[in-house]
Amino acid sequence: MIRRGWIREAFHRSGSPRWFFAASRRWMIGLYGVGIVLILTGSIWGLGFVPPERYQGESARILFIHVPAAFLAQTIYVAVAVAGLVYLVWRMKMADMLIAAAAPIGTAITAAALATGFIWGIPTWGAGWVWDARTVSTLALLLLFFGLLALRQAIPRPERAAMAVSLLAVVGVVNIPIIKYSVEWFITLHQPSSLEIGKAPTIAAVYLWPLGINILGYYCFVAGATIAALRAKIVAREGTTDWVQAWLKKTAR
Amino acid sequence: MTSPLLAQFRRDLLLAIRSRSETVNPLAFFALGVLLFSLAHAGQANIGVGAVWALALFANALAAEGMFRGDDEDGTLEQLLIHRRPLFTTILGKLFAHWLLVGLPISALSPLAAMALQGSLANGGTLLASLLLGTPTLTCIGAIGAALTLGTGRGGLLLTILAMPLYLPVLIFGVGASALGNDAAFPLLALAALLAAAATVAPFAVGKALAISQEY
Repeated sequence: MIRRGWIREAFHRSGSPRWFFAASRRWMIGLYGVGIVLILTGSIWGLGFVPPERYQGESARILFIHVPAAFLAQTIYVAVAVAGLVYLVWRMKMADMLIAAAAPIGTAITAAALATGFIWGIPTWGAGWVWDARTVSTLALLLLFFGLLALRQAIPRPERAAMAVSLLAVVGVVNIPIIKYSVEWFITLHQPSSLEIGKAPTIAAVYLWPLGINILGYYCFVAGATIAALRAKIVAREGTTDWVQAWLKKTAR
Repeated sequence: MTSPLLAQFRRDLLLAIRSRSETVNPLAFFALGVLLFSLAHAGQANIGVGAVWALALFANALAAEGMFRGDDEDGTLEQLLIHRRPLFTTILGKLFAHWLLVGLPISALSPLAAMALQGSLANGGTLLASLLLGTPTLTCIGAIGAALTLGTGRGGLLLTILAMPLYLPVLIFGVGASALGNDAAFPLLALAALLAAAATVAPFAVGKALAISQEY
């Protein structure tokens, strides 16, 4: 009976910038620490100790950066869209600040996923860019992220910008699966499927462990970075409140 | 008694007829684009129908910008929002009028454009059908962008950036249909499905975005 309301309680609490700011310092440090350790472990293992791939040779090692970035690109956008929905329904300030904090990080990660894919594509596909479902939907993600950043900049009133950006984030998320399937059904059909041959064996067990570690590490690191950006947003927006002033005085000493 | 949908539809058409130059602009842009494309590719005859679709996309994005501007400037929009009649049907009427003025003429011109660009009328029927099914969806998406960017003072470019990723599925299905020719039942059905989804969802999103634009 006592524990029944804990989800609601956690939800309400996380809506308070002050509570979040006080609690999140430890999370941020923990996530950064775990993330860095995991990324170092996974990357050294993957780049140094895993045997080269049968068809692609050494170039397949970019997998350990490309796959986590591609996963994260989608995860961040979905997180932004969920925060957008929360903001539209409950107008929680924290949800909007989360969008503002996560959107630039998402843009960078999506760009990294596309860039590493391009670099990987040159030796393996013979072309940096191929119009298939994943590349197109990732490119669309990047454009959606650009849209979120541009729209926020274009609207001077912060409350209005917050509402508009949230709405755009929610509208955009519907689009991702549609784009994915539309390309899968239409454009991929015209692609020679032999391009994908080299991909199948990359899921061998030797690759799975360092890849899994790296994916986890990237998630932790990006979560830490998002919290750090969110904390900066809180200080910037709640700068006039007493508790932020008190905190600033304390840290300035 | 007229329904809000019809009333809005009639009003927008009347306004469009009375300011003819603005109404013709998107069409002129489309025709000019086709002309430029065929001129730039004067040596090679066949560019294909992809260019027609891309130009239809741009013309729609540019036309969408002005969809609510006049109503916003003279205060009509505020009245529409506080009025008791359902916003959904009003917006649907507005979207329908806008499509009739932009999407339909572009679709009607498309076989001609395809002839100019590829030198023959091949697949002209499928192109026309795909544009007839696709342009209303473009209108719906463009309206969301127009409502979101209303009053920012930099509509055109921003709206294009917002709307383009959302336009992508329509473009992919549309070009897919046009490329398949007579065998294009599936992409055409997909376009119809997108239209059904957009026509049900977009008026809500547009209404919400318009309310945001007037609220603060």
